[in-house]
Amino acid sequence: MAGVDSVNPSSLQSSDPSVASAPAKALVAPADRRFLAALILLGGTYVVLLLAMVAADLFYTTPGHLWRALGSPEIQYAIRLSLLSCTLTTLLSLWVAVPIGYLMARFEFPGRAILDALLDIPIVLPPLVIGLSLLILFQTAPLRALETVFPVTYAVPSVILAQFMVACAFAVRTLRTTFAQINPRQEQVAMTLGCNRAQAFWRVVLPAARPGILTAATLAWARALGEFGPILVFSGATRMKTEVLPTTVFLELSVGRLEAAVAVSLLMMASAVVALFLVRAWGGAGLGGGTPLRHP
Amino acid sequence: MISLRHITVQAGGFQLRDLSMEIPTGSHTALMGRTGSGKTTLLEGICGLRSIRSGSIWIGDREVTNLPPGQRGIGFVPQDGALFDHLTVRQHLEFALEVRGWAPERRETRSRELAEWLGLTPLMNRLPAGMSGGERQRVALGRALAFHPPVLCLDEPLSALDDQTRGEIVAVLTEIRNRTGITILHITHNRSEAERLADRILHLRDGRLES
Repeated sequence: MAGVDSVNPSSLQSSDPSVASAPAKALVAPADRRFLAALILLGGTYVVLLLAMVAADLFYTTPGHLWRALGSPEIQYAIRLSLLSCTLTTLLSLWVAVPIGYLMARFEFPGRAILDALLDIPIVLPPLVIGLSLLILFQTAPLRALETVFPVTYAVPSVILAQFMVACAFAVRTLRTTFAQINPRQEQVAMTLGCNRAQAFWRVVLPAARPGILTAATLAWARALGEFGPILVFSGATRMKTEVLPTTVFLELSVGRLEAAVAVSLLMMASAVVALFLVRAWGGAGLGGGTPLRHP
Repeated sequence: MISLRHITVQAGGFQLRDLSMEIPTGSHTALMGRTGSGKTTLLEGICGLRSIRSGSIWIGDREVTNLPPGQRGIGFVPQDGALFDHLTVRQHLEFALEVRGWAPERRETRSRELAEWLGLTPLMNRLPAGMSGGERQRVALGRALAFHPPVLCLDEPLSALDDQTRGEIVAVLTEIRNRTGITILHITHNRSEAERLADRILHLRDGRLES
C-alpha cells in the first residue's frame, strides 16, 4: 500500500520545471487508441457504478427526509458522538502514529519486520474480529477491575477505543511513508549545527512532515467515522448512549426506515468527500495518489 | 588540524579499516575516490553521524571521537545541500546560532554579515523552493559557517551544478578559505575541481588512503 509509488508531491521539487509539471499531451497513434479505449471501458465500469450509487442515494432522499432526520434527537446525539469520538480518535492516533512512524522510518532494530507486520493487522483483520477481540480483552481480570472505576465496554470510551484500534493503523502507515520520504540528511545537518536528536526532530523533521500529519489525521478521522463492526460488538447499539452515525444507519434500516438511513448515509458520504478533498489538498502522502507516471 | 588515528568505520556490510591521516589547519584537502569507495562514510564518521568502531578523531588538540555532531565544531554541507524546506534563508543562517542560544541581535548581525558576503541579502526572506542550485549551495555554506566552526566538511558541493554556477561556488569556496582560514575537507570525484581548489589531494582506494 505504502510502496515506492506513493510520493508526496512536496518532495518532488525539481530544478527542471518541465519535469514537475503535468505530463505533456502526447500524440496518440490509432493502435494506442484502441488500447486506451479498452482501458477506459474497463475502468469506466467501476467509476460509473460508483457515481450511480451516489446518484441513487441522492434521488431516493428528499430535503424533507434529510431535515426530519437531522431533527431527531437520537440522530443529533449520534452526530455529536461521532464528531467527538472521531476527533478524539484522531488525536490519539496521531499521538501514537507519529512516534511509531518515525521509529519505523529511521531506525533498524531487532524484530522490526515482525512489528511491521503487526502494525498492519488492524488493516487486514475483519473489523468485527477487532471488536470481538476487544470485548474479550476487557473480560480479563485486570481490565475488568479497571471497568469497575472507569466503564469502557458498552460505554462511550469503547466507541473511541474501537475506532482508535483501526484508524491508528492507517495513520501509522501514512506517517511511516511521510517520515521515510524526508531526507535524513536534513536531521543530520541539524545535528552538526548543534541540535540533539530531539531538537532536530522538533525543528526540522516535524515541520517537514506537516502535510503527511494532516493527511494521516484526515484519514484517521474518516476511517473512524465509518467504523461500525467493532463498535457494534464492543459498544453495542444503544440509542442516546453508544450510537454513532453508522449505528444510526443500521438501527434505522433494521426498523425499516430506509429514508432516515439514506439521509444519514448521505451525511457521512458528504463528510467522506470533504475528507478526501482535504487529503488531496495536503498532498496525499502515503495514499499513492496524485502522481501520474511521466514519460521520460 | 584534523587528525584521524587508526579509525575503523562500518557502514552496513562495508568497512573502512585502520585509516590514519592528518589534515593541517587552514588547508583545503580534497578526498577523491570512486563511487562506493567510502568517501561519504568517512566524512560521516568525522562529522559524528556514524559511529567509529575503533581509533580516535582529533580536531586541533581536542579529541572528538565520542562527541555528538553538534559539539565537534564542524560545518557540514551535504551533497544536495539538504536545506530545510520550511525555513527562510535568514532562518537557515541563524539556525545554528539559535540552537546555541545566541541573543537575537548577535544572530541578526551574523546572518546579515554572512548574507552580504555570500550574496544572499536579496533572498533573506525566501524559502528554498524555487531557488537555483547555486543559491541553495550558498545558503547551505552560510548555514554551516554561521557558528564559526574551525572545520568545514563538503560532500561533493559542486556535483549538481552547471559550469557557470560551479565557477561561482569555486570562487565562494576560495574566498571562504582566504577570509576565515578554516580547514576544509572536500569530497569530490572531479579531478579538475580538486586541483583548482585543494592544496592537498588524498585518494581513498580499496579502503586505504593514498596521497
